Amino acid sequence: MWRLLKSQAHPYPRMIGALLLMMYALSLTPHAAAQNTPLISGGVGFFTSTNAGNTTYLPDISPVLVAPLGQHLLVESRATLLESFFPKGGGQEGYTSSPFLALSYLQLDYLATSHLTVVGGEFLIPFGTYNERLSPIWISNFQDAPLITSLGTMNSGSAVGGMLRGSAVSTPKFSIDYAAYFSAESTNMQFNAERSTGGRVSIYFPEKRLEIGTSYGRLLQGTQKNYSGVHLWWEPAGTAFKLRSEYAHGPHSQGYWVETDYRLSRFGGPDTLLGRLEPVFRWQQTFRNSPDATDGLPSADTQRTDFGIDYHLPHEVRINTSYARQFSSTGNRNVWETGIVYRFLFPTWKGKE
Amino acid sequence: MNHRKRLASAFLLLAALPLFAQTGSAPSAPTAKAGKQNKAAAHDVHTPDGQRVFEQNCSRCHTAPESFSPNISGTIVRHMRVRASLSKADEQALLRFLNP
Repeated sequence: MWRLLKSQAHPYPRMIGALLLMMYALSLTPHAAAQNTPLISGGVGFFTSTNAGNTTYLPDISPVLVAPLGQHLLVESRATLLESFFPKGGGQEGYTSSPFLALSYLQLDYLATSHLTVVGGEFLIPFGTYNERLSPIWISNFQDAPLITSLGTMNSGSAVGGMLRGSAVSTPKFSIDYAAYFSAESTNMQFNAERSTGGRVSIYFPEKRLEIGTSYGRLLQGTQKNYSGVHLWWEPAGTAFKLRSEYAHGPHSQGYWVETDYRLSRFGGPDTLLGRLEPVFRWQQTFRNSPDATDGLPSADTQRTDFGIDYHLPHEVRINTSYARQFSSTGNRNVWETGIVYRFLFPTWKGKE
Repeated sequence: MNHRKRLASAFLLLAALPLFAQTGSAPSAPTAKAGKQNKAAAHDVHTPDGQRVFEQNCSRCHTAPESFSPNISGTIVRHMRVRASLSKADEQALLRFLNP
């Protein structure tokens, strides 16, 4: 989210109009099954972040539209609308604000075979796990993305082109999934992408609840760059403990993050006062090998530790709080963050019973 | 370097959580319409188990929604098929699990 804020921000009436038009068109399409009514999901939240003494306020709504078309097609889109309120700075008192509205993805999926889905349009780059799996505001444990998120995701996090993905093998013992994409360069404000290619392969062992994967990305415009990464997720059986980690390497920097969370549901179940608590922890390091102002990582070696408590209220509401301490030769800092997120999920219309 | 030692200690403490967290249960899985109990359909041994598919592919990333309309269960499952790279067999097992 914070990374997105660095992009240009303007209101986009044409984009909103296009989305409304698309929704209207979808409402006119016949539906083969009553279970396939298009849905609107997503999250709405209010966040605060105090970084080195400066507090930013961020109301945010991130809707998702999912609409099946026939038996083999699916349209998916996620947008982000937010307004950031931050101190004016430069000795001036008071706050100023900046709006932001963008599509994270707008893609058409064709379910070609049992093990292959063809994706076209704008989609999230399949590098590592954070970008595709953990970035929505109603999923992420921390407000801030990991420091290495920009490695391999080609700055915008999205690609405009085509992707092949699916499950290569799925058995009770293990499963392997894959994703490979190609993106054209796009300078359109709504569909900003760089010419690149890459992919990810993961293997998951259900009995061990262990996933290991590797990712590769290559920037194909300007000075061509290679990115690589590995990830490891582990959830010991019979526990509510989760460990997620990623390592990524770029031409000028590298880094990793390790995140753990443990929902205290063993204390009377997930719906008790204590069972709704979820302590979260993240440790991350980045290493600067050579200067590069464009790769998104800190300009000097950095260590950061995040401690957080998330609280799952009834009715899909979650409160996130965290404190982070960041160490770097350019200066140490404290980061305090709080937020409240409501997750919604409903059909676009009633549909047939 | 004191702060590094403290951070390392905190990390080790958190990493050791699974040692005493042997009976914690994950949040329950959803079904279409609130309040319904999951009754997985009877499958033969070659049929993917919907609960397993759900746990492996959905709840690893996010908590389950408390409830949802049965009208969108097929849409949710198709969305998850793409997002989590499910095979068609896993998609069908998940749909049976959400709509017992």
